[in-house]
Amino acid sequence: MMDTKLNGPLPAKPSRWPFYFFLIGLFAIVLISAIYIGANPLTFIQNSDNMVDLFVRMFPPAWSYIATTTPAMLETIRMALLGTTIGMIFSIPIMFLCARNIFGLRWLVELSRIGLNILRTIPDLLLAAIFAAILGFSPLAGIVALSIFSIGIIAKLSFEAIENIDNGPLESMTAVGANKLQWIAFGVVPQILPHFVSYVLYTFEINIRAAAILGLVGAGGIGVFYDRALGFFAYDQVLALILYTLVVVIIIDLISLKIREKLL
Amino acid sequence: MSQRDQLKKARARKRGKIALILIGLIAIYVWAISGIEFRGIQETAGPVTKNILKGFISPDWSYVYSPDGEDLIRGLLETLAIAIAGIFLSIILAVPVGLWAAKNLSKSFITSQSGKGVLSFFRTLPDIILALLFIKVVGPGAFAGMLALGIGAMGMLGKLYAEEVEAMDPGPVESIAAVGGNKLQQLAFGVIPQVLPGFISATLYRFEINMRSAATLGLIGAGGVGTALIFAIQGRSWDRVGIILIGIVVVVLIVDLLSSALRKKIT
Repeated sequence: MMDTKLNGPLPAKPSRWPFYFFLIGLFAIVLISAIYIGANPLTFIQNSDNMVDLFVRMFPPAWSYIATTTPAMLETIRMALLGTTIGMIFSIPIMFLCARNIFGLRWLVELSRIGLNILRTIPDLLLAAIFAAILGFSPLAGIVALSIFSIGIIAKLSFEAIENIDNGPLESMTAVGANKLQWIAFGVVPQILPHFVSYVLYTFEINIRAAAILGLVGAGGIGVFYDRALGFFAYDQVLALILYTLVVVIIIDLISLKIREKLL
Repeated sequence: MSQRDQLKKARARKRGKIALILIGLIAIYVWAISGIEFRGIQETAGPVTKNILKGFISPDWSYVYSPDGEDLIRGLLETLAIAIAGIFLSIILAVPVGLWAAKNLSKSFITSQSGKGVLSFFRTLPDIILALLFIKVVGPGAFAGMLALGIGAMGMLGKLYAEEVEAMDPGPVESIAAVGGNKLQQLAFGVIPQVLPGFISATLYRFEINMRSAATLGLIGAGGVGTALIFAIQGRSWDRVGIILIGIVVVVLIVDLLSSALRKKIT
């Protein structure tokens, strides 16, 4: 008769306490945060009739407001379009500087990347608030803010695409004696162009959403009307605005998606 | 037709296509540029820009910490707290909705699709608009900001969670079902262990976005460091604007670095 025997004693189960402590610590942080900002579920419950009131007054949406705000909506689209375009132009040199495989200068690459990372930390609405102070309350402030915001996205995505390109064409070009400019124009650009255009379109989608709220800080577009409608407690107008923005965003997303699918 | 003619034709067609695209683009840009109301740059633009740059070079260091009342550290801590409490709320909301929207967990197509619909509706609502609405409900302040981030992040987190669940290996769940585990046990021991790293990674990613969002919420009165910034801008104290922006950049950079290091470790 055979005995099944374990080879030696069972390994001890690792203690679960560190994990529990970690969880408790995490909850403590959340709790402290909630207390710090005065997040009180009771306030929410006590004010729930405000919430109900808000929802009730939202319906039916004030459809006529769509006609009133159409010029502002077109301005929003224009702002996003121009902001994306200017951002695209500026991100071209930056993305080449940030890619490790274009220029051999290590310090230049690292420096550009640090600059780009710092740029990417500033939210679009903050940029818009600052440029509204500089340039006045106009769509121009929004365009400049969106341009800078776009550089962060386009340059980041594109330099990563540049670093992933196929080295073959580049080596052959070096072998036949191409200079740096030719090398970039005929070796790098054809490989990244579809990606680049796709990223620009993606940024355009983001910018449409961003442009729709820039008006809240006075930087043009349809956001101004949110402020106005909310100021008058005209929630039916607010809902009309939300739905209008939603439809425009979805349509532009669809168009952009179709083009991007064709590109890649 | 000879091959040469065919090539010629193909090239002509391609050229025509490019020309058409170019004309379309030019038309779009003419429409865009002509429609922008250009009221000229205000005269103060030059001096203000100079002052802002000066504010960056010599920021108002005394604002970083003051023992009484408003200072930068308190503003940044509040922003961080809004982002943390907000992400917690959105995790609680997003897990059930994400599981609801995952198509491999529900039997009918309609169930998962309706979950996806709910998520994409919330995804299109900007955090700032939600904050404006919550200000009307609970009054201005950080609580409104936290609620806005909680609801706003739910759409994105729920979608990422659902995708994570859809990409998992069905094996463990089937084995648990085969030995008689009920739905809850399948979820707890088959689904959750597999998707947890993905969930954490998605949550951290959204937390990075929350930090940026929380920094802007104050601009419209929903708490955090943005409040101080908008007051500084309105009061034209550019050295204070400089130090606040530096503070935001530093904190967001630190959160980004920590979060991306953690994410690399997990996945």
